[in-house]
Amino acid sequence: MNLTLKIWRQKDAKSAGKMETYPISNVSPDSSFLEMLDLLNNELIDKGEDPVAFDHDCREGICGMCSLYINGEAHGPDRGVTTCQLHMRMFKDGDTIYIEPFRSKAFPVIKDLVVDRSSFDRIQHAGGFVSVNTSGNTQDANAIPVPKRDADKAFDAATCIGCGACVATCKNGSAMLYVSAKVSQFAYLPQGRVEATERVLNMVEQMDKEGFGNCTNTGACEVECPKGISLEFIAKMNKEYLKAATCAEK
Amino acid sequence: MSKLDSKIPEGPIKDKWTNHKNKINVVNPANKRLIDVIVVGTGLAGGSASASLAELGYNVKAFCYQDSPRRAHSIAAQGGINAAKNYQNDGDSTYRLFYDTVKGGDYRAREANVYRLAEVSANIIDQCVAQGVPFARDYGGLLDNRSFGGVLVSRTFYAKGQTGQQLLLGAYSAMSRQIGKGKIKMYNRHEMLDVVIVDGKARGIIARNLVTGEIERHSAHAVVIASGGYGNVFFLSTNAMGSNASAAWKIHKKGAFFANPCYTQIHPTCIPRSGDHQSKLTLMSESLRNDGRIWVPKNMEDVMAIREGKLKPTQIKEEDRDYYLERRYPAFGNLVPRDVASRAAKERCDAGFGVNATGEAVYLDFSSAIMRYGKEKAMIQHETNASDDRIRELGEQVVEAKYGNLFQMYEKITDQNPYKTPMMIYPAVHYTMGGIWVDYNLMTTIPGCYAAGEANFSDHGANRLGASALMQGLADGYFVLPYTIGDYLASDIRTGKISTESPEFEQAEKEVRGQLEQLINIKGTKSVDYFHKRLGKVMWDKVGMARNEKGLKEAMEEIRQIRDEFWKDVRVPGGMDEFNPELEKAGRLADFLELGELFAIDALHRNESCGGHFREESVEEDGEQKGEAKRDDKNFAYVAAWEYKGDPKDAVMHKEELTFNDIELKQRSYK
Repeated sequence: MNLTLKIWRQKDAKSAGKMETYPISNVSPDSSFLEMLDLLNNELIDKGEDPVAFDHDCREGICGMCSLYINGEAHGPDRGVTTCQLHMRMFKDGDTIYIEPFRSKAFPVIKDLVVDRSSFDRIQHAGGFVSVNTSGNTQDANAIPVPKRDADKAFDAATCIGCGACVATCKNGSAMLYVSAKVSQFAYLPQGRVEATERVLNMVEQMDKEGFGNCTNTGACEVECPKGISLEFIAKMNKEYLKAATCAEK
Repeated sequence: MSKLDSKIPEGPIKDKWTNHKNKINVVNPANKRLIDVIVVGTGLAGGSASASLAELGYNVKAFCYQDSPRRAHSIAAQGGINAAKNYQNDGDSTYRLFYDTVKGGDYRAREANVYRLAEVSANIIDQCVAQGVPFARDYGGLLDNRSFGGVLVSRTFYAKGQTGQQLLLGAYSAMSRQIGKGKIKMYNRHEMLDVVIVDGKARGIIARNLVTGEIERHSAHAVVIASGGYGNVFFLSTNAMGSNASAAWKIHKKGAFFANPCYTQIHPTCIPRSGDHQSKLTLMSESLRNDGRIWVPKNMEDVMAIREGKLKPTQIKEEDRDYYLERRYPAFGNLVPRDVASRAAKERCDAGFGVNATGEAVYLDFSSAIMRYGKEKAMIQHETNASDDRIRELGEQVVEAKYGNLFQMYEKITDQNPYKTPMMIYPAVHYTMGGIWVDYNLMTTIPGCYAAGEANFSDHGANRLGASALMQGLADGYFVLPYTIGDYLASDIRTGKISTESPEFEQAEKEVRGQLEQLINIKGTKSVDYFHKRLGKVMWDKVGMARNEKGLKEAMEEIRQIRDEFWKDVRVPGGMDEFNPELEKAGRLADFLELGELFAIDALHRNESCGGHFREESVEEDGEQKGEAKRDDKNFAYVAAWEYKGDPKDAVMHKEELTFNDIELKQRSYK
């Protein structure tokens, strides 16, 4: 395949960036999108130019490190996959492809297509845990039965990979889908219920501090989420928040 | 006299760990606040160790090269985690898990460590449930189990095909709590580039901030290396792109012995390479071998026709197919252990029967299973006159319920429908059993420097069983290291803060800067990937699934050659003081180019076949086992721990003899 790539280049957080054009040829339709960028980078290195910086690691869709806004969609045109699992057969020979970083006030650009998502970590530090020490003296794992329905719901929420596609997709730059996934995981489990009130208040407070926008129920995040995290979890978080904010003596 | 003291406690095996914990030194809570510990890597071992040490009261500094500790490659583990809970009441016990693990490792692991691993395994599940890890449950609300390869009981806990993700996020949540409290200082996007040794003890590291390029000095009273395995020495593996051996290799160069580097697990069911553009390989769960039949065509004409696209595998008649595992191993068939299945696939492909363009693929065929399940289901539904098409339809429904997500993943990557045409698979490098030598306390041969998880060598011998890696990572981090490190740190309560202004830090930083400058200033003509691919090819062809003396000697020579060329001709664009992924890759490859040679040296010296290490010279010559791997307990029942002497070829081997008091050494048979 022969393609034209329009890629966002930005030297560092302080510099202004712009789109640059790179023709690329002999791309195998069986290669992944990131392997296509590997090919481009090796060509750039051979020519003595600066390769394009992008985040990636596991390349099997689970670590959440890869990102990219491709032709106006987080993780590109395919559904239910991350950029590392997007294959070039999704494109046609001769296509022009626009590649940009995940853009959000809370995700400043580090270089080219690499952004800083540490705001996500800080939200977890505020409450994304159960306060139990790793002593090994906890009660037996089967001491509290958990209804299968709740366990499955908790699991569905817990599959969030923290990539940030929801934020990049949202017109408000909202992190509600991401935060609600963690809040819901623990809210569905008896082990997490104990601290449910403090958790939802603290995590939402941190989310606001980081500069993420609010949710206006557009639902674009759910469409672009590579793991299919459901909008239902936002509803669940709102319910938890309302309960906590109105009933808690904090 | 060997320099190695494994410090295995006295007494019967079942009492060793308890007695040891009762006797070792403990640091009082007020003093723990005065002690700093560095942890490199935030996977299951490093993440759990960081959280536990911080909970105990130590000041932890944790480092990872990713943008968040939640992304470490433990996250990609699919299948599950073993624990001797015996919830299924099927006769499981600590002893049985211990026995299975030692036997599965082909009798090349240290008994005392493995027993302790089995002993703490049950606690791991309790701990993870308490943390809110959503394991699979049955309708009664209790935890569900499944069975895994090589064992006779159901002891594997799981969270669909994402067990590693859920366990890692559990450890990450425990870390997050401590980061929020200020007990862990987290350094994301940082890479350790050397360990600093002061008065013979590990007292800190030199790290590079990968965003700014700044070289930083960090001091501590002890250093824990939990940086994973070295599978990427093969270039193509199921490891993450950034997985590397540099932290382990740097401590090796400063005095930590490297044990059994040749023990590598090559997993039989991975999606094959599709061309030279490929950057990594993807694993398909071992569970597929329960229902898939593995074959290649019998006739070379058919192979050629398939490669040219003139023939489809479904058009090849039953009698023209070679179900080679069923042919060679009638008793175990398609369910032989990982090492055996991998070697058999290689044998057929080497003989020219590989079924894709690269010649490195075999079929994993579900058509028999689909028809078998279809007939069963038709029977249950009283469809006595069902047509073949209807039976196939019903069978596909059953297979989808069992393996649907794996089939979908396969289709996304290969663009082929595995319900209609056989999957293509080929073995790929997956895990490294070898690693940094540690004693019973997980301390390396550098005082104050520890190694945990895949980075150490201790528990899996020459072959790891499925669902045991997660168990070991969390056992080391949650339940072993937090105790044993106290024994060492008890003598450090009056040491005070370690200065980073000492000549030792000065010198280490100078060396790190020197190497980075050297890499940038070569300004050669070839990219890092060019050299990495060449190294990977030598490793795969000559130090891969089957090894022989001639090939290994050639490999040592060729790796040296590639290393020389690399240091003369690599091109690293950009500078040191900026975000520079090519510079990171170059530094990691420089270490792989040394490790690869030691790997081959170790494989050459071990003139026996055991577990994942197969020497063509060491096979059974007659009897029922003719042609199979031959272990040599008389001459090789030891751990080979290598000491660095300035060049990989000058490495000196130290032996730790393995004694088996609680398990009898036996040959494994699958015929």
